Amino acid sequence: MIMLITSIINDKRTGFRMLILLTFFPALFACNKSISNATANLGPLNPASEDLAAGAWKPILLSRPDTFAVAAPAATNSPAYVADLNEIKGYQQSLSGDAQSKIKYWSAGGVLRWNEIMRNLVAKYNIPPYQNPDGSYPIPSSTNPFAYPLFPFSNPPYAARAYAYVAGAQYDALVACWHYKTLYNRPAPYLVDSSVKAYATRTTLPAYPSEAGVLAGVTAEMMKLLFPDEVANIEAKLQEAELAAIQSGAATRSDITAGEALGRQVAQLFTTRGKADNASKAVGTPAQWANFVSVTTGLGQIAWISQDAPKRPPMLPLFNAVKPFLFDSATVVSLRPGPPPSTGSDDMKAAVAQVAGLVKNPTRAQMKTVEFWADGVNTYTPPGHWNAIAAADFINQNYSEVRWARNMALLNITEMDAAVVCWDIKYFYFNPRPSQMDESIKTLTGLPNFPSYVSGHSVFSGAAATILGHILPGRASAYMAMAQDAANSRLIGGIHYSVDCTVGLTVGQNVGNYAVQRATNDGAE
Amino acid sequence: MFLLKLLKRILPAVLLLILLNPGGLKAQTDEDAIMMTKNNLCLGGVYSYSSWTNYWEGKFKRNNANLGTVSTKMFGLMGTYGINKKWNVVINAPYVETNASQGVLHGQKGIQDLSLWLKWLAWEKQLGSGNLSLYVLGGASIPLTNYIADYLPLSIGLQSKTLSGRLIADYQLGNFFATGSGTYTWRSNINVDEPSYYTTELHNTNQVQMPDLWYFNFRTGYRSDRLIAEVTASDMITIGGFDIRKNAMPFPSNTMNSVMIGADFKYTFKAAPGLSLVGGGMTTVKGRNVGQSTGFDAGVFYVLDFSHKTKHPNSTPQKTK
Repeated sequence: MIMLITSIINDKRTGFRMLILLTFFPALFACNKSISNATANLGPLNPASEDLAAGAWKPILLSRPDTFAVAAPAATNSPAYVADLNEIKGYQQSLSGDAQSKIKYWSAGGVLRWNEIMRNLVAKYNIPPYQNPDGSYPIPSSTNPFAYPLFPFSNPPYAARAYAYVAGAQYDALVACWHYKTLYNRPAPYLVDSSVKAYATRTTLPAYPSEAGVLAGVTAEMMKLLFPDEVANIEAKLQEAELAAIQSGAATRSDITAGEALGRQVAQLFTTRGKADNASKAVGTPAQWANFVSVTTGLGQIAWISQDAPKRPPMLPLFNAVKPFLFDSATVVSLRPGPPPSTGSDDMKAAVAQVAGLVKNPTRAQMKTVEFWADGVNTYTPPGHWNAIAAADFINQNYSEVRWARNMALLNITEMDAAVVCWDIKYFYFNPRPSQMDESIKTLTGLPNFPSYVSGHSVFSGAAATILGHILPGRASAYMAMAQDAANSRLIGGIHYSVDCTVGLTVGQNVGNYAVQRATNDGAE
Repeated sequence: MFLLKLLKRILPAVLLLILLNPGGLKAQTDEDAIMMTKNNLCLGGVYSYSSWTNYWEGKFKRNNANLGTVSTKMFGLMGTYGINKKWNVVINAPYVETNASQGVLHGQKGIQDLSLWLKWLAWEKQLGSGNLSLYVLGGASIPLTNYIADYLPLSIGLQSKTLSGRLIADYQLGNFFATGSGTYTWRSNINVDEPSYYTTELHNTNQVQMPDLWYFNFRTGYRSDRLIAEVTASDMITIGGFDIRKNAMPFPSNTMNSVMIGADFKYTFKAAPGLSLVGGGMTTVKGRNVGQSTGFDAGVFYVLDFSHKTKHPNSTPQKTK
């Protein structure tokens, strides 16, 4: 090597060339570094079935698909409809590159895109508040959401609930949408007028009310409850999605307007439920926080303490009281497993020693597993990770929008209920983390600020793998292997004892089975 | 121990010239205006230690009781070879160990990146009674192990492959010198372990776009064949990137900027002209998305002469005249 360089350099002319080469060295390699998301270049959604019977599928909160009235649309030969068609034709006269890319983006699937936007919001807001000068912590307030700390802190329970409400509302709204589509049967604009182009997939699905409008309306409305700081941004996304649907020739202005109105009405049902589901009380009070400690020590157990500095109040300790979707609050208690090893027992000593041994000299492969599943601060959380896993598989299934929504709703109400059950267990036992029991234990990712038993990742993953395995039976064993991997990542990361993960997985599977029960009876299978 | 004793003996002399805050394993390297003579190989090891308690989240300066003091220990093996009097190759490969004094986060250790610089004395001219010279360097670095990158602030490196172009201008008047350099570093994208990550938006990919860097360095002081004593100032500027949000974690593609000052020395023994000691210190005066680090380094170098003419390894690395 050195000899080669020497021979090149000892030639004067080559030396001059080297100067040029060296000076422009970086420029030579400054190739395009831009990166793109995995779903950036998807083609338009092309459903294998339009699921025309979906108006009869069982909604989550709606009592009937026609609870909210949608007026009959104008006839396709009416002046109003002709004006609608002219608007589309006007747009299609000269579609800018930007408009075309927006059409391409949204035509890949509304449920998919809104789910991606939700994951983005969860990651954005998933940052624990910075402490006050006196070492206490400010608590995000829904009544003052723009002040620091911004509302919400979308930690895993909050995120699980937010995904569930949005996905559930989207599903119910699309069930109603499908009901009216088949009731009124107004065709897509390009089927009425052959001079209207179809920039997305041509379909015989009735266009009124528009599913794009429904999804935009329902999602934008839910933001008022879940991410109030984002209402303006989401309204802009709504405009973008609706305009893309019109410009693509898939929907007229009146299809969109009716859809958006229906979506917003259905969202109101979920918003009303959300305001009364006890989530707003989940933070608890200092007296309640202290009570966990005294109850646990009263039982002769070492109580969990925050290892954040300054010590942070436990994360949403009363989330157990949040009203689940798949079962009642009594079932939450019945899903609670037996206790972990007593903190004074030899079993506990062995469990601590196992964790200490695992994290002493971690391998790179070990770290990779830990980081892959970490889903900690500033990420979309474990439920979001399972949304990403599900979305990647659903893309290949050519689902209709309503089936996309149904499957995402099943996944996300499962994850929310998993959060409720898991938080019930965590605060019932108030079990210390391995690093509290043995200060020499250093973790391979951020230590969550709540009790150990059982592992949240394990419950979320066991639940998600169970319902997803039902939806896509061919992937069932792969999902369960991922869930095992996610659970194991918390043990080898020094976050959890082995028993937290094994019991957590089982609890998750038990929650997931309730979703499977629902899925087999909702009329979609 | 031998090294420490030697250091103790020479320090008082050096202290007269510099404030002992030794800095950067930079002396007689890819950043200075010193060339090895033909077929001479200078080999050395440098130990450095730096630490910080305060850091900047964007422009917000804070400390963090969940980290305490974050320290980095580094042991670098360096080699400079004189291909001829105008061309040198500089190679460096460090072992790095990180630790946080508080909190529960596991420190990291391992071999980091191999860097290679090709250094060319492109031009020199007598200017007044002094000497002005211009150097052109091309550099490249590549990770030697697959250490974890997205584990800041405790990861030992960023996994990016880099290519750099550097211009150095040096003026020497008697024993006084001043050296200025500017570097552009292109950094390759990296892959992280996570399937997605958030910068200013969510990225559903494990590929991370790494911003390029500008780096400027200025050093001035006393330089003779036996002793170099200098003060240094440097400015690292990330072209693009993003700020750490309040209480969020740092990320490899952050806008990492820092202004540092320091002082270095290099002492070459009279009795053993191939043997030299280096030392230095530095501190961060301004930063963005970096720790306010302060540190020192100390090293020893030895010159081996492979030229056929000379039988004894006696050549001190010296400024070509």
